[in-house]
Amino acid sequence: MDYLYAFVVGGIICVIGQILLDTTKLTAPRILVIMVVSGVILTAFHIYQPLVELAGNGATTPLPGFGYALAKGAMDGAKDGFIGAVTGAIKETAAGITVAIAFGYLIALIFNPKSIR
Amino acid sequence: MSTNRNGKTSGGSGAKTIQKKEVAKAYEKYAEKFTPKPTYLKNCIIAFIVGGLICMAALYVKNRLTAGGIGEEDAGTFVTMMLVCTAQLLTGFGWFDTIGKVCGAGVIVPITGFANSMVAPAIEYKKEGIVLGVGSKLFSLAGPVLACGISAATVVGIIYWAMYKF
Repeated sequence: MDYLYAFVVGGIICVIGQILLDTTKLTAPRILVIMVVSGVILTAFHIYQPLVELAGNGATTPLPGFGYALAKGAMDGAKDGFIGAVTGAIKETAAGITVAIAFGYLIALIFNPKSIR
Repeated sequence: MSTNRNGKTSGGSGAKTIQKKEVAKAYEKYAEKFTPKPTYLKNCIIAFIVGGLICMAALYVKNRLTAGGIGEEDAGTFVTMMLVCTAQLLTGFGWFDTIGKVCGAGVIVPITGFANSMVAPAIEYKKEGIVLGVGSKLFSLAGPVLACGISAATVVGIIYWAMYKF
């Protein structure tokens, strides 16, 4: 049952992205930004949390989930004080961001551009 | 374009060209009705299935890891790291573009798209050097995402801090 929820919720979020991509003139980076920021905002209003509890990775794997992790870190950190509120966002997502930067940099150094045109 | 040319040459055989025009227009409308919708629907279905499968795979790996004795939060982090690494490796091999063309938002909206958006321009601008080419282009697409996301989250965090405080 968990898998079904993960499939449906993750799929629906991707369909929203696809509709934005097809029907509006927004480019992919703008859609990524919209997704992350909407994840942050939805989490701030406690709308995204139930979705995560229902669908697990279905809600955390798409980019709104990245926004969710950022906002959740900041909101949890806010309980400990101002410093917590400022550091919380990156603390929560540190692993993902670090791997994306470090591994990405290595990959870019190792591989050469392929010309598929 | 073709209708304009028809309009100019319509002096000779009037009725026929007008009829042709009307037919062409009617056909255009008819075709318009039918062409875009199937691709939208098809794209959406593919995005739904691919996105859903990626999320399901992520959940499966996470469940396997938690069954192996790793804490839930650590397992989630591991899954994110695996997805990022896989997407970046695929980008390095040049396969992600092909997958992206077929699957559209199905691979762009999950964290894999974010990982791809870092490596793709970095490889592309490798000629400009290791520092200013790869190092800076790594963030040409991911930078806005990180900047907007982190700023928004920090604002939320400070608002929550103020709410707890006062």
